[in-house]
Amino acid sequence: MLNLDFGFLTAEVLSAYVLKGFLFSVQLTFVAMLGGIVLGTLLALMRLSGHAWLMMPAAAYVNTMRSIPLVMVILWFFLLIPLLTGRPLGAEMSALITFTLFEAAYYSEIMRAGIQSIPRGQIAAGYALGMTYAQTMRLVVLPQAFRNMLPVLLTQTIILFQDTSLVYAIGAYDLLKGFELVGKNFNRPVETYLVAALIYFVISFSLSTLVKRLQARISIIR
Amino acid sequence: MIEIRNVSKWYGQFQVLTDCSTKIEKGEVVVVCGPSGSGKSTLIKCVNGLESFQQGEVIVNGISVGDAKTNLPKLRAHVGMVFQHFELFPHLTITENLEIGQVKVLGRSRDEARERGLKLLDRVGLRSQADKYPGQLSGGQQQRVAIARALAMDPICMLFDEPTSALDPEMINEVLDVMVELATEGMTMMVVTHEMGFARKVAHRVIFMDQGRIIEDAAKEDFFGTPRSERAQLFLSKILGH
Repeated sequence: MLNLDFGFLTAEVLSAYVLKGFLFSVQLTFVAMLGGIVLGTLLALMRLSGHAWLMMPAAAYVNTMRSIPLVMVILWFFLLIPLLTGRPLGAEMSALITFTLFEAAYYSEIMRAGIQSIPRGQIAAGYALGMTYAQTMRLVVLPQAFRNMLPVLLTQTIILFQDTSLVYAIGAYDLLKGFELVGKNFNRPVETYLVAALIYFVISFSLSTLVKRLQARISIIR
Repeated sequence: MIEIRNVSKWYGQFQVLTDCSTKIEKGEVVVVCGPSGSGKSTLIKCVNGLESFQQGEVIVNGISVGDAKTNLPKLRAHVGMVFQHFELFPHLTITENLEIGQVKVLGRSRDEARERGLKLLDRVGLRSQADKYPGQLSGGQQQRVAIARALAMDPICMLFDEPTSALDPEMINEVLDVMVELATEGMTMMVVTHEMGFARKVAHRVIFMDQGRIIEDAAKEDFFGTPRSERAQLFLSKILGH
């Protein structure tokens, strides 16, 4: 049979190889989520602005990003930036920027739906109180859109967390890379990939469960 | 206070307002009525620039609303508006709803805004609801809060866009009572409504609209006594008949 042996995966081994990668995966997820939501919200506002010169570039950006596989964006960004700037960026930094730019396209679609879900009367009420467009968006529309969309935003973030494993393409040191190194050094790739899969599963599944609970709570408050 | 001069508006080919003119003096209460689709809500939204118009002029307190150079947020800050669907901000508590415009638009301190807000909440009889969210209040209560929110900005006039149309019948009076009180205190009010009881009680003038035109613009006594147009007579007989 498979003859599996997990004995070599001690706490020392894990903290020596895997911890660093895990922390980077988490960092990458958070940076891309926060940066992606901020940038995505700006893109969404541009697309809903009604001004062609704001709508068209935003739509082009979102549609382009959504039409290219993430792994290619990761690769191209990693390869192109040194060509353009003359110096390499480093795999980790390159991954942080790429993921932020890429995820912004997906978050922007979520925020766009969220903004459109707010009744027009709310905007009118903001204006009627003397608020400017920016104030109405910041104080009235976006907080509600964000809250309505929170479960979807978090679900996207779980997908993002899984996708961080794609940085293997440029050799960045993430969670998966940590396991891969352990597997190579101990010549136990099957066991390490199994454990890696289990870790991804446990993290993603518990987060989804949390999102479901959160969803139920939000819907009660409304 | 409010002057509407020959205002016309189109949605594409469709004309929603045709050459509307009227004038509301300081302290006057004017009720605008008419069948649905007659343009009355559109007209009242032209007064604070929530709707644009292609022809004519609207002057509020000496400022031209349609002028591209006009600072609309500044003007709107002093023109209170109450909506059919209340439009309280659901993510904020009642107190926060009352504060937000005062703090963010008028630049008042949070303490000052809170005090003013609570005072007005008292006035509309909802002090005990201060920490709740709009979704926890009944429609009538929400609309009273919405009136308080508009009053908190110390408006020079108040616009009401069908303030009782979305309410259950038993809640209409609590809102009308607040409006009657406001009217008797001398607030300048433009009120789009079908509540003829309210019009009879406090309105100085009644404007009747149909198909985007102002058909009648008469003192209350004349309007309820002998409306000149057939259309207004028919409308009145229909809504007063039951």
